[in-house]
Amino acid sequence: MSGTDLTRSATGVGGRTDSLVRYVFFACAALSVLTTVGIIVVLLEGSVEFFRTVSVFEFLTGTEWSPLIEPVSYGVLPLVWGTLVITVGSALIALPVGTATAIYLSEYANPGVRSVVKPILEVLAGIPTIVYGFFALSFITPQLQRVLPWEVGTFNAAAGAIVVGVMIIPMVSSLSEDAMHAVPDELREGAYGLGATRYEVSTDVVLPAAVSGILASYVLALSRAIGETMAVTLAAGMAPQFTTSPLEPIQTMTAYMVQIGISDVSVGSIGYQSLFAVGLTLFVMTFSMNVASIWIRSRYREEYR
Amino acid sequence: MSDTGPAIETSIEAETDTARGDSGGVDQQTAETVLSARDLEVFYGDERALKPVNAEITEKKVTAIIGPSGCGKSTFLRSINRMNDMIDVCRVTGELRFKGKNVYDEDVDPVALRRKVGMVFQKPNPFPKSIYDNVAYGLKIQGKDGDRDAQVEEALRRAALWDEVKAKLDASGLDLSGGQQQRLCIARAIAPDPEVILMDEPASALDPVATAQIEDLIEELSRDYTVVIVTHNMQQAARISDRTMVFLTGGELAAFDDTQAIFENPKSQRVEDYITGKFG
Repeated sequence: MSGTDLTRSATGVGGRTDSLVRYVFFACAALSVLTTVGIIVVLLEGSVEFFRTVSVFEFLTGTEWSPLIEPVSYGVLPLVWGTLVITVGSALIALPVGTATAIYLSEYANPGVRSVVKPILEVLAGIPTIVYGFFALSFITPQLQRVLPWEVGTFNAAAGAIVVGVMIIPMVSSLSEDAMHAVPDELREGAYGLGATRYEVSTDVVLPAAVSGILASYVLALSRAIGETMAVTLAAGMAPQFTTSPLEPIQTMTAYMVQIGISDVSVGSIGYQSLFAVGLTLFVMTFSMNVASIWIRSRYREEYR
Repeated sequence: MSDTGPAIETSIEAETDTARGDSGGVDQQTAETVLSARDLEVFYGDERALKPVNAEITEKKVTAIIGPSGCGKSTFLRSINRMNDMIDVCRVTGELRFKGKNVYDEDVDPVALRRKVGMVFQKPNPFPKSIYDNVAYGLKIQGKDGDRDAQVEEALRRAALWDEVKAKLDASGLDLSGGQQQRLCIARAIAPDPEVILMDEPASALDPVATAQIEDLIEELSRDYTVVIVTHNMQQAARISDRTMVFLTGGELAAFDDTQAIFENPKSQRVEDYITGKFG
């Protein structure tokens, strides 16, 4: 007697399919990694071509972006400026409003309100960005023109920043709320037990305890603002220029890429190649934001058991 | 009727009201009663968690609350500083008087109440802040003035933690061991100098050595504070408390007497059965 038979064939478990499934799952995981690698390779290849004609120095320090109209000039700074204006402007709206929303949902709202508001916020996040752009063009800009005493262009940076800000509020509020919701109730009780008010519990105890998740949501939202394309193209226009007035049109890096993408520049021309150089710049910016987000998460994580 | 127990203790040592007697006059309390429950009932939704409780808790004594799981001992404790307010479905009827004032009166702000009635919880719950800031937090939000450093040191000394942490006040409270964290939480609770300290099984998550330290500390604290402590550990109740409340299943206060009397000469069979370990 050799005891109970526990071999696979006898018990009918797993076997060949089990190991096959493993490869299928691996292939799916590998797909997104390969895609990322492919994107980087394509961006680098196109950029190398571009930098044969235009020096990296000229590209990164030039203050004139005029790729299609003579005399051509390839200084990327006006586009970076446009992107920064949109990003900073939208952050000024989305970070305070999003954080306050998260505090409300996590610390103040009763479960009923919360179960209604949270899904609505998530719907807001699901609206196509082109719709936001159209909303900016047809509603926000006319309102700015009506309210402000100054001249407001049909395309202007302010409308772009506002609409992108509104667009990324759900990202900030939803992720921050998740982080705050994960703070153990024992901590809240500790503060309430000392005679803290709800506001003090929220700001002194819950926010610091959830800081890693909140900061990570900020970075992800900013990275989204940097990469946002359709809404800003529609709202802020296609005029690459250094301007401190938010009421004038600008052009972001993404908007430029749309412009070239739909224009009739021929494949292989310098205008076409500039697409890759701008794309690479954009990629480096959002990539470093995402790395920063990961770093913040690990740096500020507090351990609770 | 087993809830008549409290009547015995009330008036014997009543050397009448003190000269000021501003808060005591309302009821027939002795000067030493700091908390008194009158037909206090607690409901969670439709379910009654606490049958009418009548009890008087004496100043600067340790009152232990024992009883089997789910008997309402924590519910009673949390009704004292209105921590039950956090639970939406929780409803309280009857009165709970703190120095003569019913804390469930309309005009009572639970925030103000909790500044006079501190609390230590089952699981050590230091804030993710430095040791110093943990202790100083209550002082800060309550706007207590004075020498903050000295107050923090005093609270840490009283919590028997000063010698262990004086060199690392800036370290995170979370870096301490479980027993140290709990003593930090005690320091945090006593720093603003409350009158009553509620403790909800403060040693149940700790090892025996840390438990012994906490027990010593509780006896020490009862010189200056009224301590009400929930424990599931009857030996602990016997060791540290002056008076003991026994809650039995269904949220009934089955006995409330001097600890010695409860353990040596329980008045009812059910209490005796519980104490001798026949159930629970």
